Amino acid sequence: MKRGVHDIGGLPNNQIDQSEHDYALWEKRIDALLVLLASEKQIMRVDELRRGIESLDIDAYNELSYYERWIASIAKILVEKDVITSTELEARMAEISTRKTTS
Amino acid sequence: MSHDHHHGPTIDPERLAYYQRMATAVRELLIEKGILTDAQIVATIKKMEARGPALGARVVAHAWVDPNYKTRLLLDGSAGVEELGIPVDGTRLIVVENTEEVHNLVVCTLCSCYPRNILGLPPDWYKKAAYRARAVKEPRAVLAEFGTVLSDSVTIRVHDSTADMRYLVLPARPAGTEGWAEDKLAALVNRDSMIGVQAAKEPEQ
Repeated sequence: MKRGVHDIGGLPNNQIDQSEHDYALWEKRIDALLVLLASEKQIMRVDELRRGIESLDIDAYNELSYYERWIASIAKILVEKDVITSTELEARMAEISTRKTTS
Repeated sequence: MSHDHHHGPTIDPERLAYYQRMATAVRELLIEKGILTDAQIVATIKKMEARGPALGARVVAHAWVDPNYKTRLLLDGSAGVEELGIPVDGTRLIVVENTEEVHNLVVCTLCSCYPRNILGLPPDWYKKAAYRARAVKEPRAVLAEFGTVLSDSVTIRVHDSTADMRYLVLPARPAGTEGWAEDKLAALVNRDSMIGVQAAKEPEQ
């Protein structure tokens, strides 16, 4: 069976980069979205977040940073569940890019 | 591989702006639909920020001074942690003890599962490919990169976490701390010692 993009346990890899960064507000907000959607609202589960992440194509999986993968997955799952539509998501993203400063 | 991804994800400003827009859009739409409120998001972030390795250090120090508590904690990590008033929110927590013979190391090979209720959010390296790939294959080499060199006689047990089952390492109590109060002991317990990449700090001479 072919390994999924996320299934990397035991594969060779490089030295561990031990540098750390403080989480930025946008990252904390994405984390909070998932916590609320999963625990409080029970709209999507952590398993579904994982499925969304693991179904990214390999380049996206390897290139995106951690919370970029999360929001890509959250958006995908919410569209799947008809909580939001892809049309309104795209429209809102386009509108946000015309704002002077994004919040 | 068609490209070199070993340096890990780099932040591309244009791409980042795209995903930040997506995050803002999703958040705004959920708020407008009445599914979430901004106040809930703020409160959730606050709650998350309040959780960190100090909670885990309290658990470890208490286990070091109270053998009966340690027994309970090793039998049922979730119940043991909740006994100290720390909620685990439904995930199963397993506490594994380091001794002279056994050293435990925690990883999540598939993603980034981590006892976040007790340790806060995981460090970047815990979530990146190099640690996830190598910890289960060559734990001694991984430990050495974190400055932890173990004798060949020590058995290393690597625990692969899942979303529903998370691990906390109970590091060995350093020698020379007999009779210490819990607060003083807790100061020797850092995050990395509870992931298992390091030992607890030694008391200063």
